[in-house]
Amino acid sequence: MNFFNFEEQLIPLDEWIQAFVDWLVLNYRGFFQMLKSPIEFSLEWLEWFFTTLPPLVIILLFAVAAWRYAGKRVTLFTVLTFLLVGALGLWDETMTTLAMVVSSVFFCALAGIPLGIMAGRSDRFEMYLRPCLDAMQTTPAFVYLVPVVMLFSIGTVSGILATIVFSLPPIIRLTSLGIRQVHPELIEASLAFGATSWQVLRRVQFPLALPSIMAGLNQTLMMALSMVVIAALIGAGGLGNPVVQGLNTLEIGLATVGGLAIVLLAMVLDRITQGFGR
Amino acid sequence: MEKEVKIEVKNLFKIFGPQPKKALALLEQGLGKEEIFEKTDTTVGVQRASFEIHTGEIFVIMGLSGSGKSTMVRMLNRLIEPTAGHVLIDGEDITTMSNEQLVKLRRKKLSMVFQSFALMPHMSVIQNAAFGLEMDGVDKETREKRAFQALEQVGLEAWAESMPDELSGGMQQRVGLARGLAVDPDILLMDEAFSALDPLIRTEMQDELLKLQAKAKRTIVFISHDLDEAMRIGDRIAIMEGGRVVQVGTPEEILQNPADDYVRAFFRGVDPTNILSAGDIATDTQVTIPITDGRNPRAGLQRLIKNDRDYAYVLDSDHIFKGIVSTDSLREMLDDERVPSLIPNAYLGDVVAAHKDDSLQDILPKVANQPWPLPILDDDGRYLGAVSKNLFLRTLHRNSAEDELESDPANSEKG
Ligand SMILES: Nc1ncnc2c1ncn2[C@@H]1O[C@H](COP(=O)(O)OP(=O)(O)OP(=O)(O)O)[C@@H](O)[C@H]1O
Ligand SMILES: [Mg+2]
Repeated sequence: MNFFNFEEQLIPLDEWIQAFVDWLVLNYRGFFQMLKSPIEFSLEWLEWFFTTLPPLVIILLFAVAAWRYAGKRVTLFTVLTFLLVGALGLWDETMTTLAMVVSSVFFCALAGIPLGIMAGRSDRFEMYLRPCLDAMQTTPAFVYLVPVVMLFSIGTVSGILATIVFSLPPIIRLTSLGIRQVHPELIEASLAFGATSWQVLRRVQFPLALPSIMAGLNQTLMMALSMVVIAALIGAGGLGNPVVQGLNTLEIGLATVGGLAIVLLAMVLDRITQGFGR
Repeated sequence: MEKEVKIEVKNLFKIFGPQPKKALALLEQGLGKEEIFEKTDTTVGVQRASFEIHTGEIFVIMGLSGSGKSTMVRMLNRLIEPTAGHVLIDGEDITTMSNEQLVKLRRKKLSMVFQSFALMPHMSVIQNAAFGLEMDGVDKETREKRAFQALEQVGLEAWAESMPDELSGGMQQRVGLARGLAVDPDILLMDEAFSALDPLIRTEMQDELLKLQAKAKRTIVFISHDLDEAMRIGDRIAIMEGGRVVQVGTPEEILQNPADDYVRAFFRGVDPTNILSAGDIATDTQVTIPITDGRNPRAGLQRLIKNDRDYAYVLDSDHIFKGIVSTDSLREMLDDERVPSLIPNAYLGDVVAAHKDDSLQDILPKVANQPWPLPILDDDGRYLGAVSKNLFLRTLHRNSAEDELESDPANSEKG
């Protein structure tokens, strides 16, 4: 009895998955290509916005946002970051990355906030959702890059999809947490005054969960930025490009400059969006 | 006088936990709360509760922590779903209502004030006060006007635009009260509404509530674990123990006839001189002499001797109190040749009487300073009975605040 020696593979899961993906690609590639269009649309629009506006206007817009939500020091830091990035010759890449990140975050919010609300209001739903979120956050991106490319072909949209998979969980988790943190007495009081379930959500749970939802948005944004390099591997442009290129050709300088720009951009966006919740 | 029933609770049960049906069956078999918890892991919140709440009264539900008060009051608006039994409001069974009907009922008829205030931290004071109206879909202008009026009623109109966390606890609960009043409900449910406030503010709020109640008679269900509070504001009190309603009655009824040791224990430490009135404890065991017999003082004397009493209370044909005579004063008069033998000539001097609504504290010096029992009269001066020192002390005794109170009348007697 050599069953427990595990000398042979007993469950050929890898082959099954291979077969399944092949089958999906063969039969449903058209369907998946169709799914791309909303992402494509928003991305194109955002890219057009960020690349056609003159850099000075962009810098001004970010400076105003920083001023409004984060104060003097962050404003100064924001302006310096954009000037430096421009001076490093990475302006276009930065704008592409911004467009990608913003559209990823947009779709994450679109899906994540309702899912988070549902999870916050239903223990059962949260129970089922949780392992999915864990998987999304811990599965190495390289594992799903290939099927994503096979189904959606190479390019920025595939990059955004991979980014969404990875950065969706925080907004769901923090939205759910925010909803759950609303004091039960307040829900009870609302119901006692004849609030419907929808009214409780709209007037009490959602407004009170808003700071937490904003924190989730901030986390999602950070996660999306951390995917920039990986997305570049499957043909998404932006700041990941110089890093990947630097890696391939062992140009340490190029890779470092790209990395520096990503870090600075992340810090700027983090500081500004942290102010949203308040 | 028949009272109109506003809320009727019939055989109501609430069982928390996984096996309510089984627990219900075990309750039927007569098992106790603890045994059922051990057997089925379920908690009996309320069991077999039946009582009626009248229109316009303040009905206090009182009991120790965990006795099921909050559960009970939340079944009155179905924030907690009853396991069995019925709650009728204005004759309508709310336990069978659909969700829509229930929402409507809560918007139109009932509102609630919470122990922890439960104000919306993201809304201003006026928005909070207008919350019920907003839920009801009342337009902004109307609801803010009505909310403002409610704030005026609780004296907070100047704070309308503040946020709740800028207010003190007492003020926050006024907002909670205004929120309850703004919807102009028939029924106000108050779950330990004043318990979180410090004693001074609490008394102030109780007065405020009584004042509001004097203006617009609402049916108020007030939960409390504080006996003084219950006595102060309650028209009637229900006492709960271990999920059961063990006694319902006016404060005086309960104080005088506690249903069991639990109720009695509850009242230990209460100063009965605050709650009982002279009329409540007066007994009609003294000798009375009708003045129509006035021409025959001897008959009166005979009666006193036969009853082994020293003092007799003289009444006219309408039972109006006229005076007190004693065996000594009667004898003296009969012995004295110069005075005609008429009862009024034997009246003792310095006789004082008390009104039936006087508190025990009011009558204490009178009882103590007179050698004879204090006569108690009604509004028309009719004799209702008398309070002897003995009776007075017994009343205090029975209510167990022995130490401090027993010494009181003794001191007064000396002084
Ligand atoms: N949601 C719940 N699940 C399980 N048990 C509960 C629940 N709510 C209340 N209970 C139990 O029901 C009983 C009555 O609780 P309830 O809150 O009505 O008491 P109470 O008289 O209001 O006490 P307190 O003065 O502490 O507020 C308690 O034994 C409590 O533990
Ligand atoms: Mg309670």
